[in-house]
Amino acid sequence: MHSKRVLVTGLSTYWGGRLAQALEAFPEVEAIIGVAADEPQVELERTEYVKVGAQHALLRRVVEAAEIDTVVDTRLVVDSATTSSAKAHENNVIGTMNILAACSGADSPVRKVVFKSSTHFYGCEQDDPAFFDETMDRPHPPRTPIERDIVEAETSLSEFAVRNREMSVTILRFANVLGPDVRTSHIKLLSLPVLPMILGFDPRYQFVHEDDVVHALEHAVRQDVPGVFNVAADGVLALSEVAGLLRKPYVPLLPPWGTGLATAALRRIGVDIPPEMLAQLRFGRGVDNRRYKAAGFRYQHTSRETVLGLGEHLRLEPIVRGAQEPYRYEREVEEFLRWSPHVRQARERGSGLSRDQVVELQRLLAGYAETAGIEAEVAPGGDRLAAAEERALAAERAAAEAMERVAEAEQRAAEAAARASRAERRADAAAGRSEPEPEPSEAQPEQGPASPAEPRPAAPPSGAPLDHYDDLAAEEVIALVASLDPADLQVLHDYERRHANRAGVIGAIESVLARGGTPALDRP
Amino acid sequence: MPADHQALVPTEDLKQHLAGLEPERRLTDWGRSERVEGLLDRTATEFFYRYWFRAEVEGIENVPAAGGALLVANHSGALPPDAAMIAKAIREEHPNPRPLNITVEHFFKGYPGFSMLIPKIGGVPAHPANVQRLLYDEEQLVLVFPEGRKATEKLYKDRYRLRRFGRGGFVEAAMRARAPIVPVCVVGAEEAAPVFAQVGLMKRLTGLLYFPITPTFPHLGLLGMLGYLPAKFKIRFLEPVSFDENGLNRDKGLVQTLAHDIRARIQEELWDMLGKRRSVWFG
Repeated sequence: MHSKRVLVTGLSTYWGGRLAQALEAFPEVEAIIGVAADEPQVELERTEYVKVGAQHALLRRVVEAAEIDTVVDTRLVVDSATTSSAKAHENNVIGTMNILAACSGADSPVRKVVFKSSTHFYGCEQDDPAFFDETMDRPHPPRTPIERDIVEAETSLSEFAVRNREMSVTILRFANVLGPDVRTSHIKLLSLPVLPMILGFDPRYQFVHEDDVVHALEHAVRQDVPGVFNVAADGVLALSEVAGLLRKPYVPLLPPWGTGLATAALRRIGVDIPPEMLAQLRFGRGVDNRRYKAAGFRYQHTSRETVLGLGEHLRLEPIVRGAQEPYRYEREVEEFLRWSPHVRQARERGSGLSRDQVVELQRLLAGYAETAGIEAEVAPGGDRLAAAEERALAAERAAAEAMERVAEAEQRAAEAAARASRAERRADAAAGRSEPEPEPSEAQPEQGPASPAEPRPAAPPSGAPLDHYDDLAAEEVIALVASLDPADLQVLHDYERRHANRAGVIGAIESVLARGGTPALDRP
Repeated sequence: MPADHQALVPTEDLKQHLAGLEPERRLTDWGRSERVEGLLDRTATEFFYRYWFRAEVEGIENVPAAGGALLVANHSGALPPDAAMIAKAIREEHPNPRPLNITVEHFFKGYPGFSMLIPKIGGVPAHPANVQRLLYDEEQLVLVFPEGRKATEKLYKDRYRLRRFGRGGFVEAAMRARAPIVPVCVVGAEEAAPVFAQVGLMKRLTGLLYFPITPTFPHLGLLGMLGYLPAKFKIRFLEPVSFDENGLNRDKGLVQTLAHDIRARIQEELWDMLGKRRSVWFG
């Protein structure tokens, strides 16, 4: 299933905001609704913000009214230093329960739930395996409140998945996140002038880059990947290795016995080490990240690269701090930008089609007109309008015909499916099995002839290697060149030579080809 | 919910998704450090292997040159030198020297100092999942001492008498990973680090696994743990036991029988080696 109408919870959190921003880039996601009790912290273009917490009755109304098909829950608190344990419990356990309540029910439009969880689910213990995989349970019951919350939240997710078998439920367990923008207790610890450790321990740590977190959530929205997945970058580092990468001394500030007391003393001087982090500083944790890779996700950073990137950021931060104005949500401005009839972009968006799609639609309609056998003669002068009208009418007629054909095909497909299921039932009965009959695939007729109302990328005319290539200005082409394969580049090169023959474009293509590939991948 | 979805992803596919090597790194994902290991190997281990224990190796060809394999050995001594000597033997004598992963008690991960050092020199907590990953996914050599702590606790008077081989977990691990088992016999370790008594009270006070009385410990301090006597070491690798059929491990009875057979083989070979030995110190 392709998610088209997405609800993001916790829009005001870092992850909610980042995910909404990322989803805005995909035209197939037609609606993004963000809910949160607080205002968004990042600038959003077309995401709609609804100020609602985790009240299930209100959420349910939002879900039903907007026909939400995918709910992404990003609000889980996984760092107990950010809030009190009572508030964390309220958010993590009760909040999750309410959100699931808002998604369930026989008439719910929701088909997919994506839940952002944490590898704190596994805890850190002496007798842990070196790599937790998704099927393993933690060897001991959770010891810290935050871990208890996470386990409880996931339990309600699994129960929800069992009760709603037709839904796709994805749980992503993220390792410790590092990155230039996100703020976590671990980043605070790593930005201290020295890296404190527990004397005699060198725990194994696995990280994940903040961009990979956003991409992982995005992957779960765009693909169907039901199940539980660990999301952690390749490479498990020892904490001493992390200190080396950050070029910081590794100092045994904490004693191996009476560590709790020492932590309390450190808190006095402003170094807050929450209990779940203390366990990790002693025993560390590694997880098996292969399942999500097998589900098609690709990491952009390894643990080591993530730490190196953070180190770079930490060295740069004192210099660039305060250079950027933080974003502030202004309700009136955002509503004006989205809904005012005077905002041109918004009106275009209101039709649900981008400029390129409009162009494509025109082309498609023209194509239909031709197949319908109506010669659209372009009359000279004033008759042009009439000709255009005629053409539009013809196109409409063609579209109607196509619709009829689609309906016919649908009927045929449904009949075939019914026949198939009957045959299967007979076969099942013969085999003496009592398996539930596989539902006659509803997706099939939809995948048949594409409905003509929807814009569909048609084959570009005259063999242009890119869609709408001829509409593009030279600068736009040059910007695109970076994202192409060498083979495509060669085609583009030849095409440009034969047609427009713009020196700037040809130069750009040749320079990329000379470097032997796409520059985007060459970056370290 | 997770279980049936996860089952859709076959484990065969996951092997190809193992993390690639990062050449800039000095540690493996298990925390193993080539630098620390190499340093130790060139100094202490080299000295003990070559000059102190004058180790003699038989049947090194029984250690496979490629693929995962589970080495199963007898165990003894206060701070047992046998694991390090087996690893060194493979490094020195094998035509394709491969690193050996030594399974250790979870205790070491929780004890300061050990927790930092043991993974660096190739120690891996003895968790079935760890053994499975090493044997099946990473196709490495793994050494287990199925007797476990019962072997290192035993006193000098019980030397070379194998304890119970756990619950046969090592057989299950090898079957699941479809890796052969290579039985290993070590003679000399018992005399190199004899334990005369165990002090329960001191064990509780220090939080250690056990508190032995040896010729050099505790009166020579912590270093006394390394005060090995110069017994002659003989290491014999026996013919590998392979399991090819899938799903053998479903049968607990078969697992127990195999565990028992392997234990009996090691014990017999040990008696054989001891019978031929003329002197504890010179072989």
